[in-house]
Amino acid sequence: MKDAPEKTPPLDSPGIIRLQPKLSRAERGVKFFFLLCAVSALGSMFLIMIFLFMEAGGLFFSGDEGAGVGLKEFFLSLDWYPTYPDPSFGSLALVLGSLSVTLVSILLATPFGIGLAIYLSSVAGPRVREWLKPAVELLASIPSVILGFVGMVAVAPFMQNVLNLPTGLNVLNASLFLAIMATPTIASLGDDALSAVSQAVTDGSYALGATRWETISRVILPASLSGLSTAVILGLGRALGETIVVLMVAGGAAQAPHSLFDPVRPLTSTLAAEMGETAIGSRHYHALFALGAVLFVLTLAFNLLAFYLARRWREKS
Amino acid sequence: MLEARKGHTRQNRRRRERAVLLFIRLTAVLALAVMASILLYLLINGLPAINLAFLTEFPRDSMQKGGVLPAILGTVVLALGALLTAIPLGFGAAVYLAEYARPGVLVSFIRLGVSNLAGVPSVVFGLFGLSLFVTTFGFGRSILSGSLTLGLLILPTVTASAEEALRQTPQSFREAALALGASRWQAIRQVVLPAALPGMLTGSILALGRAAGETAPIMFTAAAAYTLAPPDSIFREVMALSTHIYNLATNSTHIEETRPQQFGAALVLLVLVLGLSMFAIVIRAKLRRGRKW
Repeated sequence: MKDAPEKTPPLDSPGIIRLQPKLSRAERGVKFFFLLCAVSALGSMFLIMIFLFMEAGGLFFSGDEGAGVGLKEFFLSLDWYPTYPDPSFGSLALVLGSLSVTLVSILLATPFGIGLAIYLSSVAGPRVREWLKPAVELLASIPSVILGFVGMVAVAPFMQNVLNLPTGLNVLNASLFLAIMATPTIASLGDDALSAVSQAVTDGSYALGATRWETISRVILPASLSGLSTAVILGLGRALGETIVVLMVAGGAAQAPHSLFDPVRPLTSTLAAEMGETAIGSRHYHALFALGAVLFVLTLAFNLLAFYLARRWREKS
Repeated sequence: MLEARKGHTRQNRRRRERAVLLFIRLTAVLALAVMASILLYLLINGLPAINLAFLTEFPRDSMQKGGVLPAILGTVVLALGALLTAIPLGFGAAVYLAEYARPGVLVSFIRLGVSNLAGVPSVVFGLFGLSLFVTTFGFGRSILSGSLTLGLLILPTVTASAEEALRQTPQSFREAALALGASRWQAIRQVVLPAALPGMLTGSILALGRAAGETAPIMFTAAAAYTLAPPDSIFREVMALSTHIYNLATNSTHIEETRPQQFGAALVLLVLVLGLSMFAIVIRAKLRRGRKW
């Protein structure tokens, strides 16, 4: 790979003073080394994609274990019975499981995350902000296995007794803990977006006689809308990809959910629960990679959306 | 802008103002309350299980007695291994992005890669590690496979915080060095990096905490349910606190009997991870306040 093309005008063009001399050979070597480091993340992305799709392919082509599974069955069947003598590999119930907990959790987390972001950026005094912001960061750093554990040991029995349910491990409980994970993400990214609105605009609004909430709702929020949507989408991506919380709390039943109190088996928890128990190279193994590929594509779509929204937002401000 | 609508009286405006600001304040209170209740719950239930023996002994009697020493060691080794993987790549990438790169197609692709890698679900990293490191490279379930997998997972965090730290070093530092005749690399190595390094390392400590708390990426790449072997080779599989908690709480034959062990291990992991994060946050605040530029 060659160095990035230099876009500065040539040395002899008028009015140009070059602070940096042309790089020597050794200097170019150093630069190339750093470029290699920088491409490593992109390279890992591609490697992950290649390995996922390669291993997933084994499900759809015929092999030692008979004819391949049809795409239609994989995407549209609700039956996920990978270990039966006559196995079926439908992913729909698992996808619906993932989407249900993600959706409910984001409905819970968005008002609180944005509210917290508004509080941090526009309501709290500097002293409160100085310790609340790190506190939010700490909330985000609680390991997911601990949240899952609390959901399983404390909230599930409570929910089961109070609401008189067959099980406390269900969509609502999982969504609650996913929301606890997504809220700090939304809050701190949202705070960045809201704080980026220029002080002059805010002052202008106050000078016109607007109250604090009128200023927030009609000036600050509209101006930072794409930044806020980025925050919510990234929170959504985090909830969709979260594994251990749903593995411990969502109940694990591979069925399409009909209510908030049904147990579900999201994609991520299926992967984590079954990958340890399947033989490497078996059809089940390939099916799990196919689920991984579906999950990867879903989260990638959210991330790309967030990336472009964020770029638009940066260009505007 | 604020047209005089029906019912848009001063009194109504003030009432709405109060209601909305109350809700906004409540979100902050709620966030703190949730965090405090999780911490308290684990402290109350976990503290009785913790004593010197719990921290320094191996598990006994199918995990019902004894301690979590091997899990603590495993977690520490895996997290440090992850950092060892992520720091060279992440710092290198940060130096390129902050010091060499000019806006263009290449740089936007690199940024796209970093930000998308950050969004890949942790269990997908686990699958990737299983397929590439464990199977294709033949490292097996081992410290090496787990560290590489976790290292890739925290690579975007390490890169982003290191780049941030480099960007906060004033441009005049570079210009001064170049004006004295330093080459670009000399300026970076002798002026920019020493100034930015504390900030870069602080960001890495936060990433270290994240690596220590992860479960899904190491489930199939590094973690053993139980092993007596000490982590004396990078090809050994190890126990880890996170997988230990998960296994005891869901898979073991004595789920109820090992509850105290579960709470104890959860508290140890929480203290370890939050301790690292708090340490990093305090250092970062100190660095910011003490900065002379």
